[in-house]
Amino acid sequence: MPIAYALEFEKPLAELESQIQALEAPAPAPAAAAAPAAAAAAAAPSAELLALRAQHRELLRKIYANLTPWETVRVARHPRRPQFRDYVKMLCKDFCELHGDRRFGDDPAIVTGFGRIGAIKCLLVGHHKGRDTDEKLRCHFGCAHPEGYRKALLKMTLAEKFGLPIVTFVDTPGAYPGLGAEQRGQAEAIAVNLREMSRLETPIVSIVIGEGGSGGALGIAVADRVAMLEHAWYSVISPEGCAAILWKVANEKTNTEAATALNLTARDNKKLGIIDDVIPEPVGGAHRDPAATAANIEKWIVENLQELRRLKRSGLPARRYDRFRKLGDFAEPRAR
Amino acid sequence: MTQVDSKALAELKPTRPTRVPEGLWLRCPACAAMIYRKQMEANLHLCPECQHHFRIGANERVRQLVDDGTFEPMFADLRTTDPLKFKDLKPYTERLAAEQKKTGQIEGVQTGRAFIKGRPAMLACLDLTFFMGTLSSVVGEKITRAIEHATEHDLPLVIVSCSGGARMQESGLSLMQMAKTSAALARFDEAGGLFISVLTDPTTGGVSASFAMLGDVIFAEPKALIGFAGPRVIQQTIRQELPEGFQTAEFLLEAGLIDRVVARPELRNEIARVIDYAGK
Ligand SMILES: [Zn+2]
Repeated sequence: MPIAYALEFEKPLAELESQIQALEAPAPAPAAAAAPAAAAAAAAPSAELLALRAQHRELLRKIYANLTPWETVRVARHPRRPQFRDYVKMLCKDFCELHGDRRFGDDPAIVTGFGRIGAIKCLLVGHHKGRDTDEKLRCHFGCAHPEGYRKALLKMTLAEKFGLPIVTFVDTPGAYPGLGAEQRGQAEAIAVNLREMSRLETPIVSIVIGEGGSGGALGIAVADRVAMLEHAWYSVISPEGCAAILWKVANEKTNTEAATALNLTARDNKKLGIIDDVIPEPVGGAHRDPAATAANIEKWIVENLQELRRLKRSGLPARRYDRFRKLGDFAEPRAR
Repeated sequence: MTQVDSKALAELKPTRPTRVPEGLWLRCPACAAMIYRKQMEANLHLCPECQHHFRIGANERVRQLVDDGTFEPMFADLRTTDPLKFKDLKPYTERLAAEQKKTGQIEGVQTGRAFIKGRPAMLACLDLTFFMGTLSSVVGEKITRAIEHATEHDLPLVIVSCSGGARMQESGLSLMQMAKTSAALARFDEAGGLFISVLTDPTTGGVSASFAMLGDVIFAEPKALIGFAGPRVIQQTIRQELPEGFQTAEFLLEAGLIDRVVARPELRNEIARVIDYAGK
């Protein structure tokens, strides 16, 4: 299946895809009513087509198995990559959205609501970037304002009250840097979330599905278990931001270096103990098979929530505390 | 002396105690008056003409805040490693060594017990002169230990913040210090502890979006720049001039985000006053 939008390193794939498409095009679509055997015979692909498809599969696997960290960031930002609302549609049959922070407004960059994942009733919280231009602008491309973080916390306290576990989906370049955001206390809103999430007694699991940009990501990710999709990134700053400051200029070369230096891939974060699990994506990234990605996510959520629900509720804050307490790396010469 | 572990310091040899350029005289960046350095330093590092608050390092901050000779440094042995083997134009280890040589400090925060106008307290002062007061694993760990110590010993907690934000060279581990310190403050809060957060110029990024904004009572020094995002980032995003005084302590006071703007000469008094009302 061809992908309309090709990333730089996907160009060789795009070429193969157009060749495959050209071969596929003349074949008439099999009638839906036809017997399966007849349909299969009618659609029997030529040897050339089969070879091209195999070549495509192999190239795709190879490219995605060897992504550089900077290429991973590009995949994480792929315009076709599934977003929070897409996953909600795929995972929950009866999502019940809840709006507003009861103080200032309703930030569309953070979506909250009740939903069932598998058989588990939970509260879902997620950054949403927006799909078309209008929605993207409304969502500030997934950059939340203080009212977004406050809405998230308000709904999380509902979950706490009603004994629902919390599932958060992280996908943000960072919290919004703007006049209103500062005036309404962006720093305070995030800080309060960090403090309050650490002491909720209800289980919390978080998944970085795309971009995990700094405090804006962490603001909904203080969880008992944290996972990342295979091609997501999570770090204290974007590669471009880091390159602009430390390399004095952000370009393809310095972004590549910064992305590598920042250890921002799922594998890096797992190694550092920042996340617990890497959720695999289909070959070629989540955007090539959203349903398969959603299934992997669902499996991880259900497994982890089932485990966490077996633990004593009142013991969860202490376990969560210990999880974050040990993060960091330093040396301590033995006290004399 | 408000120095950290003297043995560790001996090898570091401080070459410059403060950020202010050397020289007998200097020009005040606020009122442009030529001022006599010694006079400014004797005046809590304020401009004698306009009371402009010059930035000060952690040693000077501790000296100004505590009763003479009462500061007992704690957790001073913690040292920064280079977990990511980070290298930009220079290796992290090289930058770190340069900061240590420049300041005579091992890392960007001083933590310890002290008395403030006779009241015992747990004190942490970030050091802007060291790596812009950025949040490294060591800074996060020392702050967390200070909070935990205050929790265990029922001490009021005073943290003086000044920071450019995250320590990029520690990437995700720097980010996690925000969660770690904030979680420690949740426990301190549950134990009924009093946390007075003092924001000084500048307090931004990961420090403002974690412990700095979580004070039960929040003070800020006059004109201090305080915010989540830096002014340049905001300007690039919204593509318009920022209003006069945006993100200053006075702006935050008006926005309802802090309790008081407190000038440096009043800081000790004001801290002691709140401890008397709210400390255990
Ligand atoms: Zn002046």
